[in-house]
Amino acid sequence: MSDTVAGPLAAESIAGAAYIVAALLFILSLAGLSKHEKARAGVIYGIAGMMIALAATVWLTLQGAWGTDHGLTGLTLLVAAVLVGGAIGLWRARVVEMTGMPELIALLHSFVGLAAVLVGWNGHLESPKLSADLMAVHHAEVFIGVFIGAVTFSGSIVAFLKLSARMKSSPLMLPGKNAINLGALATFIALTVWYVNDSQFWLLVVVTLLALGLGWHLVASIGGGDMPVVVSMLNSYSGWAAAAAGFLLNNDLLIITGALVGSSGAYLSYIMCKAMNRSFISVIAGGFGIPALNKADADDGEHREITAQETAEMLTNASSVVITPGYGMAVAQAQYPVAELAHQLRERGVDVKFGIHPVAGRLPGHMNVLLAEAKVPYDIVLEMDEINDDLDGTSVVLVIGANDTVNPAAAEDPSSPIAGMPVLRVWEADNVVVFKRSMAAGYAGVQNPLFYRDNSQMLFGDAKQRVEDILRAF
Amino acid sequence: MTRIGIVAELGSETRVAATPVTVKQLLELGYEVVVEKGAGESASFRDDAYAGAGAVIVGADEAWGSEVVLRINPPTEEEIGRLAEGATLIGMLAPGLRPELVEALAARPITALALDAVPRISRAQSMDVLSSMANIAGYRAVIEAAHEFGRFFTGQVTAAGKVPPAKVLVAGAGVAGLAAIGAASSLGAIVRATDPRPEVADQVKSIGGTYLKVEVEEEMKSTDGYAKATSEAYNARAAEIYTEQARDVDIIITTALIPGRPAPKLLTAEDVAGMKPGSVIVDMAAGQGGNVEGSVAGERVITDNGVVILGYTDLPARLPAQASQLYGTNMLNLLKLLTKDKDGHLRIDFDDIVQRSVTVVRNGEKTWPPPPVQVSAAPAVKAELTGAGDSAAGMAGKKTGLSPTGKAGLIVAGIGVLFGINTVAPAPLPQHFTVLMLSVVVGFYVIGKVHHALHTPLMSVTNAISGIIVVGALLQVTSGNPIMQIIAAVAVLLASINIFGGFALTRRMLAMFSRGDRARG
Repeated sequence: MSDTVAGPLAAESIAGAAYIVAALLFILSLAGLSKHEKARAGVIYGIAGMMIALAATVWLTLQGAWGTDHGLTGLTLLVAAVLVGGAIGLWRARVVEMTGMPELIALLHSFVGLAAVLVGWNGHLESPKLSADLMAVHHAEVFIGVFIGAVTFSGSIVAFLKLSARMKSSPLMLPGKNAINLGALATFIALTVWYVNDSQFWLLVVVTLLALGLGWHLVASIGGGDMPVVVSMLNSYSGWAAAAAGFLLNNDLLIITGALVGSSGAYLSYIMCKAMNRSFISVIAGGFGIPALNKADADDGEHREITAQETAEMLTNASSVVITPGYGMAVAQAQYPVAELAHQLRERGVDVKFGIHPVAGRLPGHMNVLLAEAKVPYDIVLEMDEINDDLDGTSVVLVIGANDTVNPAAAEDPSSPIAGMPVLRVWEADNVVVFKRSMAAGYAGVQNPLFYRDNSQMLFGDAKQRVEDILRAF
Repeated sequence: MTRIGIVAELGSETRVAATPVTVKQLLELGYEVVVEKGAGESASFRDDAYAGAGAVIVGADEAWGSEVVLRINPPTEEEIGRLAEGATLIGMLAPGLRPELVEALAARPITALALDAVPRISRAQSMDVLSSMANIAGYRAVIEAAHEFGRFFTGQVTAAGKVPPAKVLVAGAGVAGLAAIGAASSLGAIVRATDPRPEVADQVKSIGGTYLKVEVEEEMKSTDGYAKATSEAYNARAAEIYTEQARDVDIIITTALIPGRPAPKLLTAEDVAGMKPGSVIVDMAAGQGGNVEGSVAGERVITDNGVVILGYTDLPARLPAQASQLYGTNMLNLLKLLTKDKDGHLRIDFDDIVQRSVTVVRNGEKTWPPPPVQVSAAPAVKAELTGAGDSAAGMAGKKTGLSPTGKAGLIVAGIGVLFGINTVAPAPLPQHFTVLMLSVVVGFYVIGKVHHALHTPLMSVTNAISGIIVVGALLQVTSGNPIMQIIAAVAVLLASINIFGGFALTRRMLAMFSRGDRARG
């Protein structure tokens, strides 16, 4: 694929052909992932594509360097690196708790970012013989690739720290944050021009540090409640980083794959944003966390408590039950007892469904994964739009560890900070039981009038224990 | 402490504005409650039951002299005169239909709240007395029809022969209509329903009815939660449906009302004449002019061909105990809203849309009609994201988005830039851009219809795929420069973690998704 073509049926043309096949397989893989029935096949396509791409590349590399000393060293390093990396990857993937999934995915994104930075640096060290024009392009590509990679890297690390609660999840509020972001961008452009004219290694170091800082700031400014969007956005960034590396190395496979991941990640973030009624632009730009604010809690009224015993009675007499889980269910690891509860109710002839808000949890589709882990059949797990109209007329809604996603203020109080965000209209059901640790506000810091409705009752305590209490009471 | 008086109703009214159960809760709000002697008698609530709940039984004058008077029907001139100065009267006042009553109330230094003027928003549902009464009326309409109808509702096969099920047509699927559909179908009848709002089809179906759609190029968009008048073409087609149905069904229950206007005529005299002898029509709109030609408000009429037309206007009052309980609870919920501090002091907050809407007269000053309330959920609420100004909100505040021209401008500018770059870029770049653009587009379309539940696996698989960066590192690993080799090897290691970890994770997740039939096999 490089400009120094060797012969007619050279390794490179074969590799090029293999790359096209691999790219097609990746497209099929993503397409497959959009339906349950085809999802497994999708993963196989992805793995096949990856294997073809790797095999072709390894062969191509060896072809050029076979017999030389550095070729042998390279091969040894390569095999060792793949074996070690693969082992670590498989091990982490096997042992991770499903509740810890968001952290792991964020961490994996950071690896792509870091790898892109390293590839970029190598691009600087290797100085291909090119015409002046192409040299300038080459330098710009190195610079841009390193920049995107570093932003992805530090952003993902911050997301990882926030998700694993090693860092405070509340949004960082630096004065003039937009100015900081724009300033960093402007500096980057200036540095790029400088580097293109005079490619000094220290400039590369400076831009790496600048990008690390920018990535850190972008994600640190976003509150923990908005993490689903952030993770998906970082996914997109990691794709763009790979695409930039593709430009640098003249490799179409990298460009195609990177752009696929980049645009699909961006579109996924866009879907998330729409679900939260947020602006896509402000997410990409970082710092759209809702400030936890005002709401003097003037006229909330009183909440009523209910015991697990009473809840069990209410459920036995119900004809239909909808369970709306949130991040609290993940934290309490309550998915197994919840699944058991759903199972027992179904055996008693109660119509049980799950209602999932698009941004429940800390990852798009987080709740679906947890429920699937606990063997809840996916055809009773419905998303918000599918279930919202049925909530009116449902006998009992169990709200397990969800708060902002069921907040009536979003629909009814135009002055609320979350006004206009689509929510699960659980309050239209005959009875609502809210599982909650305390009366504290949710991630958005907004009071939830649901708790004070006449048809809602609070069941305080750890969600897992309370659900188990209900199961015992049956 | 404020005293609430429950007064007796006049004439044939059997309901009462508060029951012993709601009286108890009124006391909990901090009020003192007096009940006129015998007020609940006809609804089977005895005076001693009220006394047992904590109310004081008093004479009519004392009850009318309370600071707050609860009532069901509008007061007469004479009764208005009995109200104390500064008193508050709450009841069904029908202010839109009876302007003269509003004037009469405003002539006194009192406050009057119309419970039937509660806006149709979710928050106020617990006070919506029209709905709770309509629910009862719909049920009772079916019971009245069953009483007149000389057959079973349900079909049966007996030793003495086969009994066909009764066919019931319910016109108008509002609260009353839905209640009627539910009651008739649970008695076993075949129930059909008509309504100009197509969105009620699901509701009709959910309680056992069949929705008869009027196929016309027109759709009713209800912005205030009530039905509106319909167009010519629609009416013509609807009339045909009624004529067809009248010949077929045994029982027709009509519930069509348009606020502030006479009820629409749905069935003509010919339609009625076409019905089978022994059929029954319940015209629930008889009080507002009637949906059926020939119905008489409050009367039972038998036509020449033996069809019974019931025009009863007191259907809720025919279930007095139930109706009083629901009415009393609606009333209680309004008082809860008006008594925020539960200190027995009634305060009206005009900033609250519900309280503003029900207030017809405040301290002798006419406040009817209230500003309109839009309840059709979607766009009005959208508003701007947040008023919480600071730099963060500054960014978010732009969310109102670009105008279409702005968007088009941006697209043109973007294409222009791309064009510009590609005209000057040296050799391999334009091809790369082509590949990039096409891949971006493919990425968007491929993801477009992804199932929500699969977002996490999708992200995990794209994460694995983005490990393709390994290809870049592989190309560099055999470089002659040892530093480059080491850096490249580290990159390969990182990317490998990603690839293997990502695919393994995805497979693990997908293995967990299962459909119901296999789930617990």
